[in-house]
This record gives sequence, structure tokens and C-alpha cells, in this order.
Amino acid sequence: MEKMLNVEHLSTSYGKIHAVRDISFYVNEGEIVTLIGANGAGKSTTLKTISGLIKPKAGKIFFKGENIAGLPGHEVTAKHIIQVPEGRRIFDRMTVMENLEMGAYLRKDSEGIKSDINWVFELFPRLSERASQKGGTLSGGEQQMLAMARGLMGKPELLMLDEPSMGLAPVVVETIFTVIQKLQREGITILLVEQNASLALSIANRGYVMETGKISLTGTGRELLANEEVQKAYLGH
Amino acid sequence: MGILIQQIVNGVTLGGMYALIALGYTLVYGILLMINFAHAEMFMVGAYIGLFTLKFLSDPAWGMARLGLGPVQEFFTGSVLGLIIMFIIVFIVTGALTGLLGVLIERVAYRPLRNAPRLAPLISAIGVSIFLQNAVLLWIDSKPIPFPDIFPIVTLPYGLNSLKIFIVVTSIVLLLGLDTLVSRTKIGKAMRATSQDRGAAQLMGININSVIAATFFIGPALGAVAGIFYGMYYGAVIFNMGFFPGIKAFTAAVLGGIGNLRGAMLGGFMLGMIEALAVGFLPAGYSGYKDVVAFLVLIIVLIFRPGGLLGESVVEKV
Repeated sequence: MEKMLNVEHLSTSYGKIHAVRDISFYVNEGEIVTLIGANGAGKSTTLKTISGLIKPKAGKIFFKGENIAGLPGHEVTAKHIIQVPEGRRIFDRMTVMENLEMGAYLRKDSEGIKSDINWVFELFPRLSERASQKGGTLSGGEQQMLAMARGLMGKPELLMLDEPSMGLAPVVVETIFTVIQKLQREGITILLVEQNASLALSIANRGYVMETGKISLTGTGRELLANEEVQKAYLGH
Repeated sequence: MGILIQQIVNGVTLGGMYALIALGYTLVYGILLMINFAHAEMFMVGAYIGLFTLKFLSDPAWGMARLGLGPVQEFFTGSVLGLIIMFIIVFIVTGALTGLLGVLIERVAYRPLRNAPRLAPLISAIGVSIFLQNAVLLWIDSKPIPFPDIFPIVTLPYGLNSLKIFIVVTSIVLLLGLDTLVSRTKIGKAMRATSQDRGAAQLMGININSVIAATFFIGPALGAVAGIFYGMYYGAVIFNMGFFPGIKAFTAAVLGGIGNLRGAMLGGFMLGMIEALAVGFLPAGYSGYKDVVAFLVLIIVLIFRPGGLLGESVVEKV
């Protein structure tokens, strides 16, 4: 299997705080890989650094062999590395449809965009009922669906999901995770950051555990689920 | 009744100009949460660029005729078609140059401070404002320069004339054009997205710097058009002419809800109207209090709707 994303010795800091310290990990094409860990462990910072919202302090990020570390956000998106941000961050005062159009901002194939809108509406039928509603009027779960649908409109090869289950009702979380697995079957590679470790590990091929900016443990999803330390620290056993 | 209609005409004319300036404040605020205090000077510089472009094209003692283009100059000033074409050229050239100046200023004075505390770019803007005023004062003139009066003025009843109609119609066309641009086009949607969430916009693949540059082009370009109107309407330009219209337009933007585009337009027309009606209906000798009335209305509106007329409680943007 080919490494789609290969992060080598990445460090990122906010001012004097070293949020991510010398981490290395990789994601193979077609995999679901999850980063789990406590609040503030550096998971979101890692995603934001890959997507170009934060500049790395040191290290390399190879995407399909090319070092993309330090590229501005819009250029990373152009490479079909798409981040669905924590807290959804949909455009409140734009309609659901306009939000989806923004997701397809860099695309010029209007036919393809149309068919992808149908595709995301099939994935999330609730959104099609709300197509002309302003994003800000949606419920939390619908906003998460919109954030994911908007990300999918950019034709991701690597989809990075930051805390997609946060603050959502269990039944909505189930819908979202079912879709994530469906996306993997459709060939999209997924890097998933989650606080809900058991859920994330149960669908992931592999996982990494982050602690205070470092990767402390790695293994397959099943291995980590069975790991005693992980169980104690993150799974509440 | 006559005076009412007359003052409404004046109010709409003034309002169109205020609206054109106000949207420059509101667009920049919507995207950068910053009051661009140098915007009034964009209006002033625009008036000068407009004046010189117009002189170059129309004055036999200037530019064109000297370059051996006398016949073209005669065509511009000698026929209605020529005049129309000439004014279109003046607006495009002035808008483009002033817009580019706006882009340059953002690049030099604001972009380096993008992540600085919010007060820093504000101070920088005041610096740019002082710089531009003094540059014009030193390099051009400290005295008012008469604006070429080649626009044919046809006087109509109720204080109406061809110039006022021209100003109002052009303003409205430009405002509608901008509204369409922002609500329907790709760059307009990118501007709205950027104003709502800059980080998320970047994740969509939007180049934030291009969007900000576009914003700093559009605002000054339209402000410059207002500057030309102002020069034509009052007959002269001077280096400090930006001050009052700038304050009024800023007030208009706040009145409408700063960050809200339609709010700035509404605020501009409202303020122009209030001012004109105050002039018309305050007792003789008290018309100087027109600004007091205008600001009183602002205060009252802000007491009841702190976000402005079309603003939301959480400030609505673009």
C-alpha cells in the first residue's frame, strides 16, 4: 500500500507553547486513521498544520510524495486535502446550497458539481430538505452534516475530520460514522480526530494516541481498543 | 410642498454619494473587522484623479491637445455622445487608479499588521490618512482647485437638474451592481464567506489575500466615483475635502449596521435625506444644525438598535 500522507518530525507552536512536538505518522491510501487523545493533546493543531491554517515550526508533510508543509490553506485545498473543521464552522448567513457551492469553490466542472450535490444529498437527505435555509438556522447535527457535505464538494482524496461527533446526539453520531465508513468504501482516505476514542477506534484501520503534543502509542484500531493503557485513559474502563 | 420635494431631491443626491463612500467602510469592516480611516482620503484622491483625468481629456490647454490629439478632445467636448464616452472613461480610469491605490495601501500599511492587536491597523490607517492629505497638499496644491464644469446642466423644476439626476442614477446603478456582485458572483460569495469565517473560507480553497485585495479595490474605486460627483456638485476639490463626507459616510455605515452592505446603502440615503430635510425645515439661521440632527438620529437609532438598522445583535457582516 502506498503512503498517501506521510508526516515526518512535525512541530508546531503557538507563540511559546509547543502544541505539537516532533511527531511522525502516516496514512495509507484508502485507510481510516484516527488520532485520539485528551483535550489539548495537539490533535486539532496537527490537522490545522496539515491543512495550512497554521505554519509548522519544523518537519515535513508529504502528500503523495510532495512536501506540502507550510503551503497556504487554499493551496493545500487545491491538492484535494480537505479539512472539515472542529465546531463545523459553516457559513451561518449563507444557505445550505451556497455553503455547498463554497465547498466546490476551486472546481470549474459545473456538471460534476451538480452531480456531487446530488451525491451529498443522498448521503445526507436532511440537507436536501433544507437546501434553501440559512446555515445558521440548522440544528447542530445538520450543521455537522453540512460541514462534511461541504468538504466533500471539494472532491477530497484525503478527508480530515476534526471532532465530527462533538456535542451531537448519539443517533446523529451514528449517522455521521456510517457515512464516514461509506466514504472509505467509495475510495476516500480519511484522517479522523476524535475525543470519542472507542467510536473512532472501532471504525479505524489504524490509530495514534497523542499525549501533550507527542504520539505515545500506535497500532491497529483493534489493538488500541484492546490496549490496557488506552482503555484506562480514554475508554473509561 | 415645493421645498419638501426640492430637499428630497438634494437628500437623495447627497445620499447616493454617502452610500458610495459608506460601503467602502462596511466592506473592509466586514472582512477585517477594521475601520479603514484612510477611506475618506480615497474619496479625496479619487476626486483629484477624476479632476486631472477630466482636464486631460477635455481642456485644450492640457494633455490631449498637446499630444496632437486635438480632434479627439474636440469630439469629447463637442457632442453629447463624446461627453458620455468621456465621462465613462473618466469614471473607469479614476476608479481603477484609486482602486489600485487602495490595494497598494492594504499591502503596505495593513497586511503586515494582519495578526497584530486590532488597534495597530487602526493607527496605521490614521497614518495613511495624514500621509495622503499632506502628499496632496505638498505636491498638488493647498488651495481648492475648481472642477472643470463641462457637464451640461439643464435646470428642471423643484431644484432638479441634469447633474443631480446623473449622480443619483449612476449611484443607484453602481450600488445595485455591487449588491449583485456580492450576492451572486463567485468573488462576491468568496467575500461573504471570508467575512463570516476567514479560516473556513481558506479551507474552501479561497485565497484570502486575493479577497482582501478585491475588497480594497472595490471600496476605493466606488469612493472615487463619489469623489468625482462631489467635485462636480460643489465645483471644486481640496486636500481636506474627505473629512466631513468621510465622517458622514462612516456614520451612515454605522447607522445601517457596520459590516452590512445594504445597511450602508440605506444608511447613506437616510443620512443624506435627514441632512437635506434639516436644512430645509430648521428655522432660518439654524441650518448649520443639520449635522446635529443627523447625529441625533444616529444616537437614537443606536440606543434602540445597537447593531444598526440592518445589523444583527451580533454584528452582521457584508
